[in-house]
Amino acid sequence: MSRIDDYRRVAAPGAVDFILKLAGQVKGRRFLHITGGRLGGGATETLRAAVPILSELNVDTRWEVTGGDNTYYTTARSLQAALEGAERVLSEEGLARWVDMNGLNAKKLDLDADLTVVHDCQPASLVSARTAGRWVWRCHFDCSSAQPTPWTFFRRFAEQYDAAVFALPGFEGRLGIPMYIVPPSIDPLSERNRDLTPREISDTLTALGVSRDKPLLVQIGGFARAHDPLGVVNAYRLVKKHHDVRLVLAGTADGEPERLELLSHLLEVAHEDHDVVVLELPPEAHRQVNALQRAATIVLQKSVRAGFDLGPAEAMWKGKPVVGGYAGGLAQQIVTNVTGYTVHSVEGAAFRIRHLLNNPELIPRMGAAGREHVRRSFLITRELVDDLALGVHLTR
Amino acid sequence: MTSRTATRPFRFAGCVELRQTLDVHALDERELMHRIAEVPPGSIFFHTFGYFLRHRAFTTAYGNDFARWAAHEIGDHALAERLAVVDPFAFSTVEELREHLVTIVQDHLRGREAETRVEFDRAFHFQQSHIVEVPLGLSAETLVEFRAGLATVDESAIYLHTVETRARERRSEAFSEWLRDSLDLPALAERFERADPYLTSLERIRGRLLGLVDTAFDEARR
Repeated sequence: MSRIDDYRRVAAPGAVDFILKLAGQVKGRRFLHITGGRLGGGATETLRAAVPILSELNVDTRWEVTGGDNTYYTTARSLQAALEGAERVLSEEGLARWVDMNGLNAKKLDLDADLTVVHDCQPASLVSARTAGRWVWRCHFDCSSAQPTPWTFFRRFAEQYDAAVFALPGFEGRLGIPMYIVPPSIDPLSERNRDLTPREISDTLTALGVSRDKPLLVQIGGFARAHDPLGVVNAYRLVKKHHDVRLVLAGTADGEPERLELLSHLLEVAHEDHDVVVLELPPEAHRQVNALQRAATIVLQKSVRAGFDLGPAEAMWKGKPVVGGYAGGLAQQIVTNVTGYTVHSVEGAAFRIRHLLNNPELIPRMGAAGREHVRRSFLITRELVDDLALGVHLTR
Repeated sequence: MTSRTATRPFRFAGCVELRQTLDVHALDERELMHRIAEVPPGSIFFHTFGYFLRHRAFTTAYGNDFARWAAHEIGDHALAERLAVVDPFAFSTVEELREHLVTIVQDHLRGREAETRVEFDRAFHFQQSHIVEVPLGLSAETLVEFRAGLATVDESAIYLHTVETRARERRSEAFSEWLRDSLDLPALAERFERADPYLTSLERIRGRLLGLVDTAFDEARR
């Protein structure tokens, strides 16, 4: 577990002292975070790092989770998917069960706090049981294209909050409450992002069967159409006519039929071309992702639809230029011509990769600019500042 | 001058910009014009003056969010140039600035028929901000102490005590105000006010202000 002082060597100068000053402003106030679980990435990953730090800063912060039966979990998952725009069948019984189970959760949990932050969909209806303090719904996904009927259902809970927080402007749904923006962040001291020794990198790559005898183009991301891995293969093929490179596609399939079909197709491609490496990794393969990003010459993130995928920030933190699709939060992270390029097509990706390979002096220059950009804008220290400022603003 | 004690100490404060989305969007230039005319003044402030807090040296090329959007998302480089040259510090009120921005877009659109319309994820999303002040526990009673503080404070303090205090009424005071009223240095205060924060970084503004203080020291020694 990292301590606040550990971040002095990685955060922007003065950032830790600034956090200490800000934390002083909320001393004595009680904060409560509620999520649908403690495992996984995204919000829970950030809370796993942030809650101990806030406690170390004497900011009274608790973290509770909600639970229920199978119907509760499946309904919450389907509801969130529908709010993200996917077509889902939601039964009235399932939704009623979700509300009832959160009613039971409200009775079991200690909800006494000055500011309660409820993350994402699963615990969201707890707000109906609010008694004191201010309540914020923190939405970590893009709900701008939510399915209308589920949104109308969900909105009656969302509007009981004092405010909502989204990752990006444009990710919000229609709500009559103040809506704040706090972009997500990466933890530079986590297993996924910490510095690795050359030995650790080479041992990890050897274990993965990835040779470093030629420049590596690396894309990390689920084997889903949203991340366009087939488009990446086609871009690689355009590059391969001119440069002897290797493409590594690493990610998860999550057992979903569409993803498994895509993975199977990619494995066929890899079977025919030995310079294409396809790695199915478990979600907890943080060291492997870290090593692959550090070994990469160029990192690709050619998503065509993304929420706020932090892949570019992770890669830029490791000093790599990123060629990314123009989707969701990618365009917010990549500063075109400075830290990498955003592209709109397979040809665009191939063009930018060739441009970098033909002008190799740009690679470390963009990598260095990317690392500084992330240091200021996408490290957990910045998110702590935003969270504490929100706490000051809403509890004053 | 160097040993003069202020009638009251200057207290340095940094700030955090808490961003608020307004759920108001523009998908083309005409919508941009209409929304600029309608949004709260705080949103105009956020997208113009606030640009200087958020952007770094390598990204400040457009001077405000409207110009950046016109260039990057719409691809209308003529409009981007016309908007980029608008110096918010040249207007005495945000309403004057708003009117000028509307006039520029209106004039640009005159006689044009087809307009580029973008997808929602490339829209201009109007925002405003709440500035949370963070006292830094650092104060100055003399010009020497003031210089020491100015050299080391978080760069958000440079924004707060120059841009924010100049354009919006805030609890914290402007550097120039303190120099004039509490340290009785009107000439230096006037130089601080003339320092141009447009199209540069907060670190460079810090450097310029430190240079002005050093010049004042040199003049006092002569």
